[in-house]
Amino acid sequence: MRQNKLVMVAMAGFALTTLTQCFTKKKDEGKRLYEQHCQSCHMDDGSGLKGLIPPLANADYLQTHRDALPCIIRHGMDGSIIVNGVEYNKEMPGVDLRADHITNLLNYIQTNFGNDNPRYTLTEVQELLESCPPER
Amino acid sequence: MSKRNNISLKTGLAAGFLALASTAFYGCDSGSKSKTLPIYGEREPVERVVNGETVIDTIYHHIPDFAFVDQDSQLVTQETVAGKVYVSDFFFTSCPTICPKMKSQMLRVYEAYKDNPNVVLLSHSIDPEHDTVAVLKDYADRLGIETSKWHMLTGDMDSIYKIAEQYLAAARVDEGAEGGFSHSGDFYLIDQQRRIRGHYNGTLEEDVDRLIKDIPLLLSQKEHETK
Repeated sequence: MRQNKLVMVAMAGFALTTLTQCFTKKKDEGKRLYEQHCQSCHMDDGSGLKGLIPPLANADYLQTHRDALPCIIRHGMDGSIIVNGVEYNKEMPGVDLRADHITNLLNYIQTNFGNDNPRYTLTEVQELLESCPPER
Repeated sequence: MSKRNNISLKTGLAAGFLALASTAFYGCDSGSKSKTLPIYGEREPVERVVNGETVIDTIYHHIPDFAFVDQDSQLVTQETVAGKVYVSDFFFTSCPTICPKMKSQMLRVYEAYKDNPNVVLLSHSIDPEHDTVAVLKDYADRLGIETSKWHMLTGDMDSIYKIAEQYLAAARVDEGAEGGFSHSGDFYLIDQQRRIRGHYNGTLEEDVDRLIKDIPLLLSQKEHETK
């Protein structure tokens, strides 16, 4: 009986560490993806590049175009856009990421660089990705 | 508890003082030594006879004459940089990898020497077919830069790749690379005789800090030579 209890405690401890580790890893995943795919243009601090590359830091676009963001990440974008009152017009290449990766990446962006916007759920991102405009 | 705080405060103060003192010493040291920059590239000795004596001169590698067009459709040649110190790099406007970072760092050099007419920046496009004058103009306008200080250059592809070799830059067409071209992210510091005096990783802030600090060494050198 006593041994059983011990095993239970050990297992619970193991489960807890695995879960937290998973969580930490997932939390880091958005950052890792940002560094890998976004940082070279949008910069370490999300400030962008003058009138060429729009900022992500405190960007109104992240709120006003929230539903379009998953598709923009996956398929890229071109044409003129306005971010914080400044016009930008430069092609952004898409990154073919899985829905869960896009969720983590967007949640990282939406809650960093001075942004404090609501997070996405995986289901939400999956649904938004299904209705992406047809690829050019 | 308060005693402990007291001690750590004292130690902290002492450490701070030491740090300050040592920086002061180092500051003196680097100030008294007149640092000179190396001259990069191949050099060849050339013999010459002066007053019956053989003298050996060293011919240093230098950037040959060139002719490109900038974002204002103006011809930019060796005359544009005559007697000036300039910083040069290679990029392309549609580059998805290191170029934005290079440009954000080059902007720091631009800001630092905006008001010094003896410093010029030359950014060569290695994708001149796409980067026409109009494309470069738009790019430059969006960066908010003045042409007279920072020329974005386009021209004949072969000439650009040949001049890249002269800067000891590795620029080439590479279909495997993202964006279709591979190139180093280096900035090259060129002196008044068009010799290469430094190269810096244009994507690293601390390397570009070093470049910003090295430029005055060449500017003061010119003063010595003209005196």
